[in-house]
Amino acid sequence: MDDSAKPRHTRTIRVGNLARVEGEGALYVRVKGNQVEEVRLDIFEPPRFFEAFLRGRNFAEVPDITARICGICPVAYQMSSCQALEAALGLEVGGQLKALRRLLYCGEWIESHTLHIYFLHLPDFLGYPDAVRLAQDQPERIKRALQLKKTGNELMTLLGGREIHPINVKVGGFYRVPRKAELLAVRDKLEQAREIALETVRFVAGLNFPDLKPDYTFVSLREEGAYPILQGRIVSNRGLDIPVSAFEQHFQEEHVPHSNALHATLSGQPYLVGPLARYNLNYDLLPAPLQSLAKEVGLGPVCRNPFQSIVVRALETLYACEEALRLMGEYEEPDAPSLPVVPKAATGAGCSEAPRGILYHRYQMDQQGLITEAKIVPPTSQNQKMIEEDLRQFVAAHLELPKPELTLRCEQTIRNYDPCISCATHFLRLEMEHET
Amino acid sequence: MPGKHKPTLAVWKFASCDGCQLSLLDCEDELLAVAGAVTIAHFLEASSAVLPGPYDLSLVEGSITTPHDAERIQAIRKNSRFLVAIGACATAGGIQALRNFADVEAFTRVVYARPEYIQTLQHSSAISEHVKVDFELRGCPVNKAQLLEVISAFLHKRKPNIPPHSVCLECKARGTVCVMVAQGIPCLGPVTQAGCGAICPAYQRGCYGCFGPQENPNTVALSAWWTHLGVDETAQQRAFRTYNAGAQAFSKEAARHG
Repeated sequence: MDDSAKPRHTRTIRVGNLARVEGEGALYVRVKGNQVEEVRLDIFEPPRFFEAFLRGRNFAEVPDITARICGICPVAYQMSSCQALEAALGLEVGGQLKALRRLLYCGEWIESHTLHIYFLHLPDFLGYPDAVRLAQDQPERIKRALQLKKTGNELMTLLGGREIHPINVKVGGFYRVPRKAELLAVRDKLEQAREIALETVRFVAGLNFPDLKPDYTFVSLREEGAYPILQGRIVSNRGLDIPVSAFEQHFQEEHVPHSNALHATLSGQPYLVGPLARYNLNYDLLPAPLQSLAKEVGLGPVCRNPFQSIVVRALETLYACEEALRLMGEYEEPDAPSLPVVPKAATGAGCSEAPRGILYHRYQMDQQGLITEAKIVPPTSQNQKMIEEDLRQFVAAHLELPKPELTLRCEQTIRNYDPCISCATHFLRLEMEHET
Repeated sequence: MPGKHKPTLAVWKFASCDGCQLSLLDCEDELLAVAGAVTIAHFLEASSAVLPGPYDLSLVEGSITTPHDAERIQAIRKNSRFLVAIGACATAGGIQALRNFADVEAFTRVVYARPEYIQTLQHSSAISEHVKVDFELRGCPVNKAQLLEVISAFLHKRKPNIPPHSVCLECKARGTVCVMVAQGIPCLGPVTQAGCGAICPAYQRGCYGCFGPQENPNTVALSAWWTHLGVDETAQQRAFRTYNAGAQAFSKEAARHG
């Protein structure tokens, strides 16, 4: 007999190993009658102790080391690291060096978003276990997706040396900057990528979305005059507007037994970071044609449905293609690949927009430039509490669904966040704890 | 061909960043061909369809750092005809092997208010320290062309063609002027196994050893050269103690410094 026919009984949903997410996690939901009693996103990915062993390393080694926290968003780790260390050293990396960093980051957004849209998330909407099986029925769509993803990777390879764990990023700038002709060599491919990204927006906007519009607290960066990628102030839709250096005064982390990732809160409350938050807080900074496109495909200036994050990701992919083309067009080779760096005893914080949301770093170093303390707060630990909250709401509103369907939708709810579990379990320094 | 057995491929993850298995998804031009040649039987990052073993080829990413994972790798070995360790974590314990030089319990107590929630081993170890591996593919991350070569070799029952020589040969092949000789930039290339394409020197920096030691590396001679370039002892120790800190030739050399 179907479980839904006996709603007074306890029902549990267990997913032992979540698929199509980065890293290792599991899901546990317990429902009694019409009440959702417990929701747990268990993260059993083993801890990797990054903050601890960064102590004693030279500041110049940090961007290469923190890249290893995540193979999917290494540029985000490199950018937040560099900016935190540059803030400590009083360095401002501007002009074309800053533009090149944004360009490299555009490559990561294109690659990571495309991977998530087509390979991790889309199969849920279309009822396939993976993109390879989807490719058997829709080969052209997946081939085009691979072409889009490849262009993002080529941009990362050109500027970073390779797409996973780039080697060309350093505190103060780059080891080598490209010649203008090298950049222009990928221009045609980016123009094709832009077309594929546009198709992607229209295509994913037509998917069926469950109706769910939680009243989220959105948190993202707000960059001066540009859709946020590289830096900015930290803002929310509830009036928060702080410099990156004030992050730890507002955001706390706690250690819960079921997870090797810490849970972050904003003044004790869960909040959401990532594409949905960026979009809602920075819609006005999108170029006018993208705003029109968003309206045309039914998004509008406010989008609170977490399942529509796939549309926002597609829109951001298109933005990243256009932004990359703009930055390439304006590129002039700088005089030097980096600014001179002199170590000193100092502390600095940095934050950038990883594809999955804000990534905060803080480092303290001594006068020799050796790290004495490191703190890194990745997007997935910030979203973890919100994921559980979404699951609670989703299950409560869909108790009538048969268990296999409900299980699938719960997994999809988690994938809305594109959670990066390896990132979240690199081990964070604990700042506070709630005793039970 | 009806009735012909299509080999099954499984991809497993232990403590790691996911980058090496992502390399497979980053083979954009070959991915659909690979998917056509094998049955993807277990690859959680890419698919929610999971088939039972035994598996013809298991690719294992990540290092062993928990009691649970030490058991899990045994089960995977029993269920795999060939088992290939991919990447610096799986072949040398990875960056998380830096814990091997500290007291992890004390460490956990320092950084965690609730250390009892944490299960972790004192060491981060390579897959080969736990089970027999049929091949080790180096790199942090692995090179995707080499990854395809390894998959192809095992599917065709031949030895993978992965050269054991140093990064220097790749620099020469690429036409890069030696950064250490010409510019005095410290470089681990002479003792590091090729595979990356010698990218760091091509980007005006020294190799930092992410593919681990080459066959029979002369690390002592290289350290002497680094000393000549003015690199202090602790910096030399750190250089050998990074992404392949657990690889024997590098851990031995690191122990001579600091």
